Amino acid sequence: MRSKGAAIPYVVWMALFVVAPLVLVVIYACTSRDGTPTADHFSVMLQYAAVFGRSFWLAFIATLVCILLGYPMAYILARERGRLRNMATMLIMLPMWMNFLLRTYSWVFLLERNGFFNTLLSSIGLPKLDIISTSGAVVLGMVYNFLPFMVLPIFSVIEKIDGRVIEAAQDLGASSAQVFRRVIFPLSLPGVLSGVTMVFIPSVSTFVISRLLGGGKKLLLGDLIEMQFLGSAYNPHLGSAISLVMMVIVLVSIGLMNRFGEGEGEAVLL
Amino acid sequence: MSKELIRLQNLCMAFDGEPVLNNINLYINDKEFLTLLGPSGCGKTTTLRIIGGFTTPTSGDVLFDGVRINDVPPNRRQINTVFQKYALFPHLNVFENVAFGLRLKRIPDPRDPSGKRTIRLSEEEIRTRVLEMLEVVSLKGFENRKPAALSGGQQQRVAIARALVNQPKVLLLDEPLGALDLKLRKDMQIELKRIQQQVGITFVYVTHDQEEALTMSDTIVVMDKGTIQQIGSPEDIYNEPKNAFVADFIGESNIIDGVMLRDKCVKLYGREFACLDSGFAENEPVDVVIRPEDIDIVPPEQGQLAGTVTSVTFKGMQYDIIVDFRGFKWLIQTTDHSPVGARIGVKIDPDGFHIMKKSAYSGQFGDYSSYSDEYDELSDADAVGADEQEDGYAE
Repeated sequence: MRSKGAAIPYVVWMALFVVAPLVLVVIYACTSRDGTPTADHFSVMLQYAAVFGRSFWLAFIATLVCILLGYPMAYILARERGRLRNMATMLIMLPMWMNFLLRTYSWVFLLERNGFFNTLLSSIGLPKLDIISTSGAVVLGMVYNFLPFMVLPIFSVIEKIDGRVIEAAQDLGASSAQVFRRVIFPLSLPGVLSGVTMVFIPSVSTFVISRLLGGGKKLLLGDLIEMQFLGSAYNPHLGSAISLVMMVIVLVSIGLMNRFGEGEGEAVLL
Repeated sequence: MSKELIRLQNLCMAFDGEPVLNNINLYINDKEFLTLLGPSGCGKTTTLRIIGGFTTPTSGDVLFDGVRINDVPPNRRQINTVFQKYALFPHLNVFENVAFGLRLKRIPDPRDPSGKRTIRLSEEEIRTRVLEMLEVVSLKGFENRKPAALSGGQQQRVAIARALVNQPKVLLLDEPLGALDLKLRKDMQIELKRIQQQVGITFVYVTHDQEEALTMSDTIVVMDKGTIQQIGSPEDIYNEPKNAFVADFIGESNIIDGVMLRDKCVKLYGREFACLDSGFAENEPVDVVIRPEDIDIVPPEQGQLAGTVTSVTFKGMQYDIIVDFRGFKWLIQTTDHSPVGARIGVKIDPDGFHIMKKSAYSGQFGDYSSYSDEYDELSDADAVGADEQEDGYAE
């Protein structure tokens, strides 16, 4: 009985801040402005297919880049010991202590037409580059902001791999490359999977990064939803419907990924 | 018949300047079951890791079939290891765990006359050999289980199969039964010995359990403080321990200060006793070992010595009786019950005495004044805990 009593604050919290908003989203998504049930929002949404496509595509690219950059980083870090490792972990965590907006703004300053990089380029006689307001800049912003979320889970999984298992593989004739391919990599997959979720979800729903670095030209789902609630196109019903669809797509893709993960015999940390 | 396979020459090892191995010289014969026995921190696991190639000795050589292999990495040695706590691959099922080494193996291509090209083993061959090996360790039908779904004993046998399937010349076993319960441990001891005889290869076995060592080994190497104390057959080690450490570590021993008056005559507590040992100087001070089971209890007036019973413990097969002889307490194992406080005599036949030269260990062992069961169990638990630390990766 005592344990049930202790759970009450959490139940109330969940009901107020998780369940209730979700129910509201569903209700809004399925009603029109005058409150009558309708499925119109979902058909209207079709005209935004390109935004959906772009959002998922850019988030996919950003996640991929995060894996390619983050995995080796995490691997080296996990094999390292002592002070170097602590310092490297610090350096990875450091940007996360700064305000998200501030971090992203600083990239605007760096990439602008007359920003830091272009000034540097022209000072050595090279032509200026148009980086800002491109999809590339948006991906860069995503990777920069979310890379730690890829590195840390992979790092913690690799770090926990029993050294004896690696020795066992060597003992059975595996070279360093074979030890990695046959033992370390498969055992680190759960970390990769949770890293993927932690990078993909914020990437697909971001609006700050695309607003600042995409120059408002490359509309993403986050921007679209924000516009429906706070912007010119004020229509919370459509906004809710888009949120709902996005949520379903994300949940389904994570579900599929976890299924794939279980096939490997691993529990995904989510 | 017994050909030398491995030789350790003047092996020394230090971690951070702390000596762990001290001039180890040892040879291991083909098809031999050799056990490195000693308390935690004695260097037995380090010795095993050097043979396996996981640790490089500070100085000294490791010879395999006459060839120096100090710098050969573990994946190129014809040696496989059964690790403490098994170290099975958690992401692979039993079949794939056992097949791991075979899938990496390359053999000369029979179609290539120059014999330089190599190929992988065929899937059927891998399958046959894995299933055959699972049969040897009685794990047929478990192919698709993940290690997490196996009991400790089963994991143990997977680890053995995974090593043996590669047909190594030597199998190294690092306290492989340490995590099993007593009953299973006894079964696995017999099982291991059977497997060793069936496959006919050399086993090098590390343990701190003297009973395990006596049960399985052809040769026992007793180690302490990074030094080999004695090498011999189980019978030799038990009957003719070289010093007080060995006598105490292998079985129970009463170790008493004595003086060797002349050949076959030793003096204890001011009395002369007949014994079978000779070859000592006249009046040489010695350590005298009397095994608790070699002491007969007789009425006080008939005994060579008389003492008072201070504690009796029922052990199932026998009673452990502690008897006070002028302040020095002896352990006697007997099937006859004597009550606490009783005055009893003891009689020891000449072959019940074993005389040892004095050593650095004299006076440290063999007195049962502080004897109690809890004490023994506590020190055993300590040994296991400390061992894990010893085996931790030395960086």
